[in-house]
Order: sequence, then C-alpha cells, then structure tokens
Amino acid sequence: MADISPSTSNVPNEAGRFGLFGGRYVPETLTKALNELTTAYTEAKQDSVFQNQLTELFNDFVGRPSPLYFAERLTAHCGGAEIWLKREDTNHTGAHKINNTLGQALLTMRMGKKRVIAETGAGQHGVATATACARFGLECVVYMGAEDIRRQAPNVFSMKLLGAEVRAVETGSRTLRDAINEAMREWMSSVENTHYIIGSVVGPHPFPLIVRDFQSIIGQEARQQSLERFDALPDLLIACVGGGSNAAGLFYPFIDDADVAMLGVEAGGRGSQPGDHASPLSYGEHGILHGSMSYVMQDEDGQTCDVHSISAGLDYPGVGPEHSYWKDSGRVEYTSCEDDDAMHAFDTLTQCEGILPALESSHAIAAAMQQACKLGPSKRIVVCLSGRGDKDSNEIARIKKEMATAAASNQ
Amino acid sequence: MSAIDTTFEELRSLGKTAFIPFITAGDPDLEFTGQVLAELEKCGANICELGIPYSDPIADGPVIQASYTRALNQRIKLNAILDNAQTWTAGLSTPLVTMVSYSIIHRQGLERYVAQAKHAGIAGAIVPDLLVEEAPQFAAICAREDFSLIQLVTPTTPHDRALRICETTSGFLYYVSVTGITGARQELPPEVVDQVSWLKSKTELPVCIGFGISQAAQVKMLSQVADGIIVGSAIVKRVASAAEIGKAAALENVRTFVQELVAEL
Ligand SMILES: Cc1ncc(COP(=O)(O)O)c(C=O)c1O
Repeated sequence: MADISPSTSNVPNEAGRFGLFGGRYVPETLTKALNELTTAYTEAKQDSVFQNQLTELFNDFVGRPSPLYFAERLTAHCGGAEIWLKREDTNHTGAHKINNTLGQALLTMRMGKKRVIAETGAGQHGVATATACARFGLECVVYMGAEDIRRQAPNVFSMKLLGAEVRAVETGSRTLRDAINEAMREWMSSVENTHYIIGSVVGPHPFPLIVRDFQSIIGQEARQQSLERFDALPDLLIACVGGGSNAAGLFYPFIDDADVAMLGVEAGGRGSQPGDHASPLSYGEHGILHGSMSYVMQDEDGQTCDVHSISAGLDYPGVGPEHSYWKDSGRVEYTSCEDDDAMHAFDTLTQCEGILPALESSHAIAAAMQQACKLGPSKRIVVCLSGRGDKDSNEIARIKKEMATAAASNQ
Repeated sequence: MSAIDTTFEELRSLGKTAFIPFITAGDPDLEFTGQVLAELEKCGANICELGIPYSDPIADGPVIQASYTRALNQRIKLNAILDNAQTWTAGLSTPLVTMVSYSIIHRQGLERYVAQAKHAGIAGAIVPDLLVEEAPQFAAICAREDFSLIQLVTPTTPHDRALRICETTSGFLYYVSVTGITGARQELPPEVVDQVSWLKSKTELPVCIGFGISQAAQVKMLSQVADGIIVGSAIVKRVASAAEIGKAAALENVRTFVQELVAEL
C-alpha cells in the first residue's frame, strides 16, 4: 500500500502526522503535558540561547563533532564501495543517545520540571539520560525490562553510579516495549512535575519530531564532513533501526537530496517467522502502538506480538512513524539482518579496524559490508556506527560460548 | 437513542445514580465472565463495562493489567468475546459497553468494529487512548450507527477542551477522578466534586466518575454529584480471587462487595 507521493522533509504537520503515520493515541491525562512540551520545544527551537547552550554541550561535554572515519581495511576486506563510519561510538557515554537526552534535559528545565523518567532497552538511553540528569541535578528514574537488565548489566551499574534509580519491569516480554508501557503509566500519575525523556523517534507527537531534530546533528555533521572529505555527498547511507533514532538523525538532513540512497536495517533475529525477529517495516502492518500510528508487529486482533533480537536496543515490535512514512513513499529502503550476520560483522569490524561496535550498530555494519560488494569501488557508503560494543561484552561472551557448544555437539 | 440514553433517562426520572461495574472479558474464561455479568445485573448494576483485553494498556494499573494478561494467556480472541457477548446481552437488560483500545478498533477497521459490536448487542465504547483530535472519523460512525462513544475528561483537561470533548461524546461523559492509572485509591482528590459540578452545569450529558473508587463511603460522597459511579479494579480483584478460592466463592465475593456499594446509591 505504498503512498505514491514523494516524501518531504516538511513533516510532521501540526497534528504530528507524517503522511498517514504518527499522531497521538494516548490517554487524555497526558494531553496537557504533550501540548506543553510542543510549546516549549517550538519556542526553544527559535531561541538562540537554547540552541547555543545545546551546541556548547555537544562540543564540550559530548565531544562533537564525531569523526567521519574511513574504514580502509574493512573497505579492502569487502572489495567494493568505500565504507565510512560516522563515529557516534566516540560520544560521551558511547552512543548517539546522548544527543537526545541533553536536548530533552534542557527542555525539562525550560518547562520548570525537576524530575525525569525514561525507559531503556540496551541501557544506552538509560545511561545517557542518567548522565544528562546528573549534569543538571535532575532526579532520574529509569524503567528497564528484567530481561534487558540481565543482558546489559554494565549499563545498569553505570546508571546507578550516576544516581539514577533503575526499576525492573517484570510484565510482558520484560524488554523495551514493556519498559515503555511502564514509563508511560508512571507518567500518567507524575505528569505535573515530571518529564518523560523517550529514547527514540517513537511515541505520541511531539516526541518523534523532537528526538529526530536532536539526533539530526548526526546527519548535519556527516553532510558537511562528506563535502569536506570527498567533495561530494555519499551515495548511500546505512543505519540500524530499533525505534529509529540514529537512522532518522543520519537520514533526515539528506531527505531532500534525491541522489543519496538510504537503507535502514532492522533486526532479523533468527529468521522470518513471527516471533523470531524485530522487523516491523519488513513484516509488520499499519497499527497503533505506544501512542502513534506506524508499522508494528501485531496479530489479527491488534495485540502486539513478541519479537526477538540479540541486541536489546533493536528488540522492539514498533518503529518510528517517520520511518513508516519514508518506507511507504519509497524514499528509504528497509531490510533486516539476522543475529548471526550481525555477530559476524561485529567480529569483522573489531578485527579489521580495532573498533568494537555495539550489537545494534553491527546490524548496520553487516548491511554495509553486503552493499559495498554490490556497489562498485567508485561509490561511498556512510554508516552510522551508533554505539560502542563494550556494554555487550558479557552478552557476546555468552553467545560465543553457546555457539561453540552448539558447534561441538554437531560434530 | 442508544440503550445507554434510555437507561439514564429512566434513572433521572427516578432521581437515581447509576452503578457501573467493570470486568475483563475472558478473565479467567468467557463462561465465568457471563456468570459475573448476570450476577452484577442481579446486584443492581445499571450498565456494565466489558474490558477487551489488550497487550499494552497504558491507562491501567496492575490489577486490570494482570486481568488482561490472564485473558490473553488463555488465547481469548476478539471474535470469541463478541460471539459470547451476543448470548450475554440477549439475557441481560442492562446495557453493555466495551472498554477497548483504539489499537484494537483500528486493526478491525472502524466500521467493522462498530458493526460487530452492535451485532453482539453492545451499546457503546469507551476508548481510553482515543483523543478528541483523533476521534472525528470514529465519532461520525458511532453517531450514524447510534453507538455511544463515551469519552473521557480528566483533572488535567482544561475547561475549553472539556467542552470540546462533550461535543462528540454520547451516552455519558466519563470523568476520571485521578491524575493517573486505574486502581483502587484510599483517597480521591477533593476537586472531583467541583469539577463534576462544573461539567454538569455545562452539558446535558450524564457525567459518571471512575478510576480509584473502591469504598462505600466514596460511592456515597460522589453520588451527590455524579450521574453514575464506575468501579473497576476493586471488582476485578474479587473476580481474580477465583484462582485461589474457586469461582463460586469469587462470585460470592463480587456479590457482597457490589451490594455494599449499591446500597449507598
Ligand atoms: C548503540 C545503539 N544503537 C541503536 C539503538 C537503537 O535505537 P534507535 O533505532 O532509536 O537508534 C540503540 C538503542 O538502545 C543503541 O543503544
């Protein structure tokens, strides 16, 4: 059911619509806070004091601009197009998530609120939120699925060190989706004095807009760096898509550049059967989840399906509404990458370049390696290396042991 | 006029306040839901709310969430709920309304959901995640089909917005007593009475109060201003006791509790 009209960067509209997608499907209790947030953000966007404050934080606290790095040995290994990495892994706290949390922490203070809640999957958004809250003296509570607490133990410890309270979510699949449910429920009661810093381009309007804008620094820098480094725009952009914030941040500033192709990579998990993957853009339907209309993995009754990925940050049955808009308009192509291929890409990048990517980012690397072979050597790919892999080391050790045991028992 | 309008007309002529219990469809199975509905009617319920289990309810506290999970774990499907509802409504004189997420309605198709629900004898819907901005399309279908669309006003809703919500609401207006999720509260905010009085001075719609109500004293106090009192989690908790003490004893629990509340009206 592709929308044949070309997509534009001039979205969303007043109602938070990206074409068919987005909008606001939440209990009435939250309307007042969402309207307040929309107003605060609209004003902040025009306010040079706010923008300068954010730029200063990006430069001196996060360490921006993040490098655009030519992965020379990986390029040679693949034997095709040049692979360039947009190094969000070099950011303070090790991922792109900090771009959004600093912006939203400033908005929190602008709205006169002193308390923040957040959800987290991989723990990167939780750490980034806890960091921003520590920096500004805001109280911070992070909801995290019990399964993810197990998978991402180092990040849980960091959040606590940073002074955040981590609340384990034991409902449902005990992953990111349930953490969002729980954070929204808490927000229903605390909305008068608490801001909810959502971690991706998902949720009710204005969250998908705000998070995209704060993450767009990735694409703005990549655009300028490309012109400086190779005097041209990239031929292809690639990013992994969980909720879709690092991808939206890289893609959005290039949306009106018709010659730049874009590829979003979802988690292909164990395969294409329902429950084995987390790829709503590849296998899902139009539906409503967590306050907006988008592609979602749901059954014929509209119940959200369980999903799977080795990476906690991609283990989500929904996706940001703007990605659904880009998909239906044909502006961005979406594919999915299975667990094993992501693991292989993790090993390859680590060994070729001395860079440990996050498991989430490894999905984008895997797709880049494939695309590099398809495209000729005269082409250039920019991949968002959304985060560093240190947080995954325990989980990777566990998976490798499992793989070794499985291999031994097959012999 | 939908069956809900008729019910309130009758209650008004008698000067009475409606008692509106909520239970979850299929908790722990559909047969028991039918029995509980029949019992609620016998105890004096005037309208019954039937919760359609949803995987990701945002407005619900632990008790109702758990009831949805129990039902979904039994793989209870919407078709089965509506098939059974047709039998239940045939035997009940109290109107039945569904409390249903817009995710489910959207998935069915708006027209189709209303047609199926009406076919099952259901009089209306409460859609807790459908805001007035997103409601026009569904509201138009409900109006055309004489299917009540019960919308919610909360303590965070400004007055002008509340009036806008009234414009597309039918059946009754649902005033949410607390800023928060469903679940029994020891105390309700004192502003409830003033807020509901204000609403009643501005709209012809019956105004019913829900969220947090679990005690006879609360029912008594709120019945001074409200056209109806909605009680959910406190009843669902008693339905859930079936798992430990058996269905007959759970039904007895529900009966005793509801009778105690209805006596205040
Ligand atoms: C390093 C990293 N990349 C990607 C993601 C996925 O999120 P998004 O799709 O919003 O960029 C996460 C989420 O936790 C992450 O930690």
